[in-house]
Amino acid sequence: MTGPGPTIERVCVVGAGTIGSLYAGHLARVADVTVLTRRPAQAAALNESGLQVSGKSDLRARVTASHEPDGIDDVDLAIVACKAVDLPSTAERLEGRFRRAAVMTVQNGLGAEEVVRLHGEWPLISAVTFMSGTRRSDTHVEYELDTATWMGPYMGGGPPYETVQELEGLLIAGGLEAEAMPDLRPAQWSKLIFNSAVNGVAALTDLPHVQAFAEEEEFADLGHLLRGLIDEGKAVAAAAGIELHDDPWEMNVRAVTRGETQRSNYAHIPSMLADVRAHRPTEVDYISGALAREGERLGVPAPLNTAIYRLVKAREASWR
Amino acid sequence: MRVCVVGCGAVGSLFAAHLAGVAEVWAYDLQRDHVEAINDGGLRVSGVSDLVANVRATADPAEIPPCEYGIVATKSMHTEDAIAATARVFDDGAVCSVQNGVGNEELIAPHVARVIRGTTFPAGHLVEPGHVEQDTGGETWIGPFEPKPAAMEEVERLAGALSEGGMETIAMPDSRGAQWTKLIFNAASNPVGALTGLPHGWACERTDIRALVRGLVAEGRTVADALGVELDSDPDELIDHATRVAHDHKASMLQDVEARRPTEVDFLNGGISRFGREHGVETPLNDALWALVKGLEHSWTRQERR
Repeated sequence: MTGPGPTIERVCVVGAGTIGSLYAGHLARVADVTVLTRRPAQAAALNESGLQVSGKSDLRARVTASHEPDGIDDVDLAIVACKAVDLPSTAERLEGRFRRAAVMTVQNGLGAEEVVRLHGEWPLISAVTFMSGTRRSDTHVEYELDTATWMGPYMGGGPPYETVQELEGLLIAGGLEAEAMPDLRPAQWSKLIFNSAVNGVAALTDLPHVQAFAEEEEFADLGHLLRGLIDEGKAVAAAAGIELHDDPWEMNVRAVTRGETQRSNYAHIPSMLADVRAHRPTEVDYISGALAREGERLGVPAPLNTAIYRLVKAREASWR
Repeated sequence: MRVCVVGCGAVGSLFAAHLAGVAEVWAYDLQRDHVEAINDGGLRVSGVSDLVANVRATADPAEIPPCEYGIVATKSMHTEDAIAATARVFDDGAVCSVQNGVGNEELIAPHVARVIRGTTFPAGHLVEPGHVEQDTGGETWIGPFEPKPAAMEEVERLAGALSEGGMETIAMPDSRGAQWTKLIFNAASNPVGALTGLPHGWACERTDIRALVRGLVAEGRTVADALGVELDSDPDELIDHATRVAHDHKASMLQDVEARRPTEVDFLNGGISRFGREHGVETPLNDALWALVKGLEHSWTRQERR
């Protein structure tokens, strides 16, 4: 061994929602984990009773939590796991902190790294995650889909690839699925296109991600719309010079097949649908909106993604 | 003149009540309490009009004598069943659709002797059984349905009777322009309301939604052009007009969605899409909104098990 020893020993998870809790709970098995929450009550609860993960994993983790950045010691890695809509305010709280850390963003869609970059020069790791779960309480999360997190050095300034590979190993050792990639954009765009189609349609139809999303028998079947949205996204990706990692239509078909047949009582509720049902702001600006904007910038029309974007924005306005 | 109104909801009741002043009017409707109330105390219209009319109502087509005219005013998804049930009444009659969207006349034609294509603007709502409030006035345009036409004199006679009864109606040789103008207006405004939850003006004041609505209108216009239909006014101007005069109005499709009733989207965006395909015109936005509203309807039938 001539390479450096382990460099990621202390991890701060920023945002203890479902995804953040899944990282924190699993990584606590193999690293020193701190959690930066938004609410004091959640930090207190985590310090008192630890973090429980049930479902695909079964564990209780001891973590150190604080609702104030001052309460968190320096770390080697920060995972920013808040929702995209909370990212600007969350990134602002990190300004001037974690000077030796790499920072990983796991938000849906495009543009998270650019938001974080406004607040610090950390080496950034781009990531997309396919795992999902449900929050049961401030200290308990159910792990539902044990699918991977894909990670790569941010093209606008990331750590050495070896750091990302080390993180991959750490996540796997903690019990999560992970894959490091020298260039994440093909995966990031695959998920962006998938999410733009699936989340937008779910948010507007009130349907979980069910078989209907892949049906193309009748002319008005949703599968045609999903395919149209995905084809537009692929054209925008091609114009951006990105070769997709995974075909988003195949991802759609695989997801509904898994959801409906392997567990007949399970249908995934995409996060944007959950947001709409709870009358919360959605991440549509970072998803369909990002795709529509990229299309416009590159001169590739994306009228269907634009229509979805507009409808979801207007839907948000209906409960304000 | 003997007329049977098929589907005596809000719009059907406006026709039935006004015509009753100048003709013998029968009403076919499946809502029993409404039928009973009409037979007991007459059909009452308040609001823009104010009258109580003598109308014979029934849920049993066998009770209805042969009629010279039919006026079909059901929701579009009930056209097929309603006309199949009452067809015998119109063995030698002319049947006029005054329904929303396109495609109703095509469903009526196989069952009856002659068909009239109609479009109506007056609207109302059911207050209680036997009582309809008329919310808006406006004209009705009728003309022969080209593939199985009523004679022009027949169309004019019906228009005359309706106008005399107080429903101003214009007979025209080609009534497609009026129908497609209203269709394009409705197909652009209704699904947007249904999917966003916003009243008409709230939605169309937003520049993003207005741009989407303009795109939907443009597709409808292209299909109308391909069919050789000349619109009788500009649907975009109607949209802006409605933003001013019906700012807080919830589109009927939004009302349907809020009540979890099936919508008429198959005959609105679905109609534009279908006629577009038949004439080689692509209508991607209408296709998309059609599928989204169908998806939303589908969500009500799905029991979520978690």
